[in-house]
Amino acid sequence: MFKVYGTELRSRLLLGTSRYPSPAILTDAVQASRAQVVTVSLRRESSGERAGQGFWSIIRELGVRVLPNTAGCHSVKEAVTTAHMAREVFGTPWIKLEVIGEDDTLQPDVFGLTEAARLLCAEGFEVFPYTTEDLVVAERLLAAGCRVLMPWGAPIGSGRGLNNLFGLKALRAHFPEVPLIIDAGLGVPSHAAQALELGFDAVLINTAVAQARDPVQMAAAFAQAVEAGAAARLAGPIEPRDLAAPSTPLIGTAFRG
Amino acid sequence: MKILVNGAWRDTRAVDLAAALAELGYGETVVATALNGEFVPVSSRVGARLAEGDRLEVLAPMQGG
Repeated sequence: MFKVYGTELRSRLLLGTSRYPSPAILTDAVQASRAQVVTVSLRRESSGERAGQGFWSIIRELGVRVLPNTAGCHSVKEAVTTAHMAREVFGTPWIKLEVIGEDDTLQPDVFGLTEAARLLCAEGFEVFPYTTEDLVVAERLLAAGCRVLMPWGAPIGSGRGLNNLFGLKALRAHFPEVPLIIDAGLGVPSHAAQALELGFDAVLINTAVAQARDPVQMAAAFAQAVEAGAAARLAGPIEPRDLAAPSTPLIGTAFRG
Repeated sequence: MKILVNGAWRDTRAVDLAAALAELGYGETVVATALNGEFVPVSSRVGARLAEGDRLEVLAPMQGG
């Protein structure tokens, strides 16, 4: 159990809803993941197709919380306007704030991010900023009013896992009380387990599930990995060491002396 | 007059945003709107006057990561 903006969540897996082979597979994957929060977005709606209306009814039927994002926004103005639109459509103060600064890596523009976060927090939004592992940026985001941080593991959709282990460990150690959710870049369940073992509160997965050969099975695998990682964290992992330490007691060893 | 709706030029006789949405066929759909980059809440659509060349964004829920 962990808490974000006063909401207690049992599941430490948040799931994206994008890039699934079909709406039915999306529905089954969300259920298999046991996620209580899914991310959603806003896109241009043509009056003829009404694609968004069907999607929205699928999500509502799932009975999960939604975390709208500002994906694709490259400026503070775009992100803030999108956040307002999302709050009205989805009826939640939660917003996963993305301000993209660089197109090859989809790296957050942390300057625009902190500015947008400041504006939105002041208006009562509950901001989930998609950020890097940079400690100074994290400090600024918290000062802006954010009560949770979403550092990237690796570039969105890259499946590389926790790219900067040192930086992420430092972030965890530096802000022991702040809910930290690894967002983006995880590829396989062991990456998610690792994040939880290191003390991160949760992970947000999209591409690794949606683009797997069997998304539903992969969603279930991530659910197990996240539970295993969280349990391991509570159990207190041993410290790695350089030399062997025999696990079988040496006292009474035969043929000695 | 012509206004830009989601990036495409459309002819409209609507005087305000509420009328334009009805004319464009959005009816009862769940959408959020922005006029010239500024969010216009549902409650302000009636009376949000349109002018030649205005840029209207009509957004709806969509898959996201």
